[in-house]
Amino acid sequence: MRTVTAAPASAPPDRRPTRPSRLRRSWDRNWYAWAMVLPVVIVLAVLIFYPLGRGIWLSFTNLNEANQVAEICTKSITGGEVCEENPNRWQYVGLDNYVRVLTGQVGRFWEWTGITLIWTFVGVAFHYGLGLGLAILLNRPIRGRGLYRVLLVLPWAVPAFVSAFAWKFIFNERFGLANSLLTGLGVDPLPWFSERWTSLFTAIVTNVWLGVPFMMVALLGGLQTIPGELYEAAEIDGASPWQRFRAITMPGLRSTSMTVILLGTIWTFNLFPVIFLVTEGEPAGETEILVTGAYRAAFEGIRNYSLASTYGVLILSILLVFSVFYRRALRKQGEVW
Amino acid sequence: MSQSTSSGMAASTAGTPAAPIRAGATPTARAETTRRAGRSRRSPATSLLLHGTLIVASLVAIGPIVWVLLSSFKPGYAVQSTDLTLVQDPTLANYRYVLFDTSFLRWLLNSVIVAAGTMGIGIFLSATTGYAVSRFNFPGRRPLMMVFLVTQMFPVAILIVPIYTIMARLGLINTLPSLVIAYLTIAVPFCSWMLKGYFDSIPTSLDEAAALDGCGPFATFWRVVLPLARPAVAVTAFYTFLTAWGEVAYASAFIQTDNQFTLAYGLRQFVPQYNPQWEYLTAAAVLVTIPAGLVFLVAQRHLVSGLTAGGTKG
Repeated sequence: MRTVTAAPASAPPDRRPTRPSRLRRSWDRNWYAWAMVLPVVIVLAVLIFYPLGRGIWLSFTNLNEANQVAEICTKSITGGEVCEENPNRWQYVGLDNYVRVLTGQVGRFWEWTGITLIWTFVGVAFHYGLGLGLAILLNRPIRGRGLYRVLLVLPWAVPAFVSAFAWKFIFNERFGLANSLLTGLGVDPLPWFSERWTSLFTAIVTNVWLGVPFMMVALLGGLQTIPGELYEAAEIDGASPWQRFRAITMPGLRSTSMTVILLGTIWTFNLFPVIFLVTEGEPAGETEILVTGAYRAAFEGIRNYSLASTYGVLILSILLVFSVFYRRALRKQGEVW
Repeated sequence: MSQSTSSGMAASTAGTPAAPIRAGATPTARAETTRRAGRSRRSPATSLLLHGTLIVASLVAIGPIVWVLLSSFKPGYAVQSTDLTLVQDPTLANYRYVLFDTSFLRWLLNSVIVAAGTMGIGIFLSATTGYAVSRFNFPGRRPLMMVFLVTQMFPVAILIVPIYTIMARLGLINTLPSLVIAYLTIAVPFCSWMLKGYFDSIPTSLDEAAALDGCGPFATFWRVVLPLARPAVAVTAFYTFLTAWGEVAYASAFIQTDNQFTLAYGLRQFVPQYNPQWEYLTAAAVLVTIPAGLVFLVAQRHLVSGLTAGGTKG
């Protein structure tokens, strides 16, 4: 192995590369890199791209639990089995699923999209705002900072499904902490899960609580890379705290912010457990986001696999379009990654 | 704890302009506070506001956790009571019930098997990839990086159905391996991405030195870089473990019988639509959280630097 890898380095440089020899040289130079990535490429191909392709294909069919078998077999009197082709076998239906989903004949695509957008925007805005505020506070020299930091990061340490249950418990209508506090303040207790906006509110609170620590720690890391001299100089020049924040902190945090906002948006958009476990879509599916809606379409009642795939393709398209525009916006501002 | 204080020191070193003066010294937090306060003239009111905000935020952060912890020691009637009490007739009965009279331990075992399997296979497969993507500029590198990012965008809904039908054809539905395979779709791109970020932070001069000493790329990776990256690998492994530990969607779809449930899905059994038993749920929640939480607190510092490094330098 050693001799082979050493070969390209010691070989005399070829002045006039012909086509086959360039391929050959590329192989010599890169074979070990390719060998290193090979396992992952295989896994990606088998476990992600093959199912992805199949998922896209399924979205053009009418596959569901009832019509998935290719043959219907019946026991005959002699004990053998007679199989005949299933007349209602699933088949290619073209764009039918997309038409039905987008025109609202099945499911509530546009309603769910609206809820998803509110859910994502509010969630990420609070994650980022609160995370940034806390990071700035924690970046100051302050007594007990280590303790604050550990306490503030704790929500991240709790598995998401446990947090979801914890908040569902807190928002319980009869004996939850939230209603007990409201009663204590002299306000009537709220039936949280029987109205759309209060129900969505509980999910967003859960999500904000879950997501702030990540933003806080990430932005704190970003803040610490900003040289203190900049603040020193700005102060000597008489810059106010707000000006220092605008002119030093925000630009210094740009690349970190862009990454965490992109990741945060994608994660929140696709965040399954919170809605699934906290609101369970109550009341009557009004707080469903796209992922949970699609999931229920696929795995509750008569399982409609093709419809779920259609939703999957639509969700992925939305996210891809978003990230393309996001990257383009970044590039315009001179940010390349 | 020691980890958090040392991080505090590192942070203040970076944030203080007068770093050279106290380069060798290790000043106490108090001395530093006064120096900085002298510069920014923090008034008692500001200080009060600062601490007040942080205290409120900390209370919000730990409140729900503490509330669940307190509730787990209450008997059922106290949990279901509308009167707000912090402690009432404390008992360990909930824990005893959850541990010995339910399938909790079985679910715990299932979760450990699935999460450890995902973690082991995921790390094993992605370690060399992270290294190759970090070090070599080979054709296909950028597309691969893009794939890692794009797979972060995949909604559950798009892969779950095809994987489900594939598993059904292979007869793997309602088995733990089906979950491991499904989780690898999340774990492999994620681990590669994270590890790439960490390998970026290891100086390439080490690789060059190893190459001069006659190591091939594989030997360099195995003998030089991987040992140095051990903490990073540990953090990535742990995060992968946690992701699999807390996954709900695949587990709900693939697993159908009680003895194969993982914790994330099994815990739902305590709180059905009718007659939910919150006292048992809270006890189980505490049991699930404690081990994960402890290790996480040690690991989280490295986690974020890896994530954002992978993103910004890609």
